[in-house]
Amino acid sequence: MGAVQGRTLKDLLQIDGLSVRYGPALALADLNLTVRAGELFVLLGGSGSGKTTLLRAIAGFVRPTAGRIALDGTDMAPLPPYRRPVNTMFQSYALFPHMNVGANVGFGLAQRGMSRQEIDARVAEMLALVRLQGLESRRPAQLSGGQQQRVALARSLAPNPSLLLLDEPLSALDRGLRTETRTELMRLNRQLGMAFILVTHDQQEALTMADRVGLMRDGCLAQVGTPAEMYERPTSRFVAEFLGAANILPGTVQPDGLSFALPTLGATGVASVAGVPGPGFLAVRPERIRLDAAMLAPAPNRLSGVVVGRSYAGETMEWTVRLADGTLVRSIQTLDDGLTAATILPDAAVTLSWQPDASILLKE
Amino acid sequence: MRFGRTLVLAVPWVWLVLFVMAPIVIVGAIALARPTEGIPPYLLGFSPDNLTLVLTDPLYRDALLLSLWVAGISTTACLLIGYPMALAIARSPETWRDTLLLAAMLPFWTGFLMRINAWIGLLADDGWINAALTWIGVGPLTLLYSNTAMYVGITYTYLPFMVLPLYAQLSRLDPTLLEAASDLGALPWRVFLRVTLPLSMPGIAAGCALVFIPTVGEYIIPELLGGPGAALIGRVLWGEFFSNRDWPTAAAVAVCLLVVLLVVPAAISWLVARGPGARAPDTGGARAPDTDGAGAPANPGRASPAPGRE
Repeated sequence: MGAVQGRTLKDLLQIDGLSVRYGPALALADLNLTVRAGELFVLLGGSGSGKTTLLRAIAGFVRPTAGRIALDGTDMAPLPPYRRPVNTMFQSYALFPHMNVGANVGFGLAQRGMSRQEIDARVAEMLALVRLQGLESRRPAQLSGGQQQRVALARSLAPNPSLLLLDEPLSALDRGLRTETRTELMRLNRQLGMAFILVTHDQQEALTMADRVGLMRDGCLAQVGTPAEMYERPTSRFVAEFLGAANILPGTVQPDGLSFALPTLGATGVASVAGVPGPGFLAVRPERIRLDAAMLAPAPNRLSGVVVGRSYAGETMEWTVRLADGTLVRSIQTLDDGLTAATILPDAAVTLSWQPDASILLKE
Repeated sequence: MRFGRTLVLAVPWVWLVLFVMAPIVIVGAIALARPTEGIPPYLLGFSPDNLTLVLTDPLYRDALLLSLWVAGISTTACLLIGYPMALAIARSPETWRDTLLLAAMLPFWTGFLMRINAWIGLLADDGWINAALTWIGVGPLTLLYSNTAMYVGITYTYLPFMVLPLYAQLSRLDPTLLEAASDLGALPWRVFLRVTLPLSMPGIAAGCALVFIPTVGEYIIPELLGGPGAALIGRVLWGEFFSNRDWPTAAAVAVCLLVVLLVVPAAISWLVARGPGARAPDTGGARAPDTDGAGAPANPGRASPAPGRE
């Protein structure tokens, strides 16, 4: 059981010790994951991280070398794809070119031996759900990319699977449509109460859409958590750097377990943390670092440096600041008070500071 | 630039005029000529007698119908054997495909007559096949100079012409479509019937045309392997030409055969164009009511006629 955004959800998919080997290469290495009923779970990762392999293993297209994939307590490993109560929306949409939209959406229903009347009604309902009413007799080739995407979605939703797998569903859409479709998918997930597992390489997409995110690396899950947990409390440098920008500084947690020394910055380089003494890394998000034109007195969570560059991005401005030891630190400021902050020019001596809770302590 | 363009376009045109148009015109002219003794054995003219004879004499009609029948059976046999072969090659691992395709075409490395002669050796009363049949106590059977031998020979000879276009079509089939069908709950045979087969229709049509058309006029295989009763149109044509030295009648037979062979592929391509798309596949959703008008294609210029509407 788990609580996601106020909803209490029971476990739906249970993956234990899943390994997939392609020849000598290990695509998935002893992976464990639980997905809850009704949640929108995003599998995030770079190319070759194994996220698509995991999706295909759940759908049944990849035979696991070891491990268990249980849906509602039933092991699906011995079942072929056509016996699994799981549907996939393919990245290429894979619409049947020789069938019209109605036949495409109704395909899964026809396989279940539903009557023509039931199929017609369900197809119309599904097309209304994705806002393509009345397009039953069109061919996929006669539709725009966005419409094809929605037909593919309607087709995978039509058999009412308990789990919908979406393989990079937005990657073929242009920017404006992608943002709109994100919202659309989130609405459908809520409205239908169906669990979605969505694969993407886009961290922004993952943070925006997910109830929970699983970040994959080398066939393993590097971290699983809500977008906020993943962003605010990453457990490794890899997670911190994959999800948004991060300034990462090496150092040591002092014996008191309350401060972090940055040895290359001398005695003044100290941040307040809470952790086990020993070597580690300090990560601070650029938007949490405040920039002051004045030289402030040394204090914990305060570093001085020289501006070496800045770039303007409309609502924000990003500065690059070189510390005394040569490390470059990035700071992003919202330009909510007009261009006041923009008066800090390159070569200016500045003070960087952040709230104690902005310090993220990483062991690896 | 313009000259070069003309030159490049001229090559196929010259070819077509010299080797397609001219022979057809000559054959057509001879078909309208009068037979005579001498060299050449015809007098040019405009006599409809030869065509009338060919169209009315049951000998020619029966020969043509028999040829179409034999070609139909042989094409069906090639399709039934060739489709699984092509599918197996297309689905085999990438590294194996070229080898398997080469194996399918390997008979072409040997002369055609040699291969037919080899079949005579295999099918003869004291041939290997009868030896094997005798050994298991079934034979010997009369195989050679029968319809069976003729069908075996034709199917064997034309099989690669079926396999190649089918392979070309099946290897282009997007495997994701098969996964999608399976994912939506279709059993393997349903995936084949609903996705693989309809999407390979152009390959089936091409393969059937490549086998059917030359088989209708086939002369050598029925002559060497078939029984004396197999009076196919090719043999009739040969007889008129070389035995009776009646060139005008032979030419009239050739013209009729040509017309029939133009009609058949035209019919096949018409059927394919209407083909799987015209049928509403699988669900009632395909026959959406057009009453709301939304079912009508928004861009009629690009749209093919919507299914179930004619």
